[in-house]
Amino acid sequence: MIEGIGIEHFLVVSTLMFFIGICGFIIRRNLITMLMSVELILNSVNINFLVFNRYLYPDQMQGHFFSLFIVGIAAAEASVAIALIINIYRNLNNIDVENVSEMKY
Amino acid sequence: MSLSVFIFYLLSGIILTFSVLSITTRRILRAAVYLLFVLVATAGLYFMLKYEFMAAVQLTLYAGGIVVLIIFSILLTHHISHRFKRPELMNLLMGIGVTVIGSGVVLATILTHPFKASTAPELPVDMSVIGNQLLSIGKNGYVLPFELISILLLAAMIAAIIVAKKDKNKNSEI
Repeated sequence: MIEGIGIEHFLVVSTLMFFIGICGFIIRRNLITMLMSVELILNSVNINFLVFNRYLYPDQMQGHFFSLFIVGIAAAEASVAIALIINIYRNLNNIDVENVSEMKY
Repeated sequence: MSLSVFIFYLLSGIILTFSVLSITTRRILRAAVYLLFVLVATAGLYFMLKYEFMAAVQLTLYAGGIVVLIIFSILLTHHISHRFKRPELMNLLMGIGVTVIGSGVVLATILTHPFKASTAPELPVDMSVIGNQLLSIGKNGYVLPFELISILLLAAMIAAIIVAKKDKNKNSEI
């Protein structure tokens, strides 16, 4: 743990970051910016895992490994989502969420 | 105020400011750059927590990989000068309402819950410990999620290639 900084400080930062991500997910109408909001959400959860690991269970490493796996899953999710977005752009010429239902054949 | 406390507040300020800017800016390329700042500041927090390997993964995979991928897809799908129109009022109110209520509930829970910081000796998180635990099948071993995520990454790679590939039979306009 770090001298002078309690666990609550980190948790407040990650909570605010999480809900900023959720707010962005709701107010944005563009697929790429929604994907960026999802990255914010995953990142704040990562901070939480590492802080709990460091402050509450410093003799174990569960939080470290789970945040490592979350980073891997975020990379996979981003690559598939961007492939889908580029395909949607080819078919529709824009990537607003309102138009995505037109992709049905 | 010691130096580490000052750096913590600096990094937290950078994270919160640039995450708000990243979801409110009307130019999409700027949103991606603000996201990059958020991710780099988060890597700084990981360095403060003494998880150097995790910070390096954050810098290379997130800041180096995902942001570059996002910027490439922005350049493929948008004009640089494109500006979003303002969000609808209903969406804006819903988003801010969910944010205020949700963060209020979670912050009240966090600030009233008594966390007991452990006094156990800190495990040094260096590369040999990480490598041994990641591939061990004994106690505290993580070989099963390691194998699962390797299959998941293979599936995601094949899926991304197949989805983004141009269909040869269909003549698309672009």
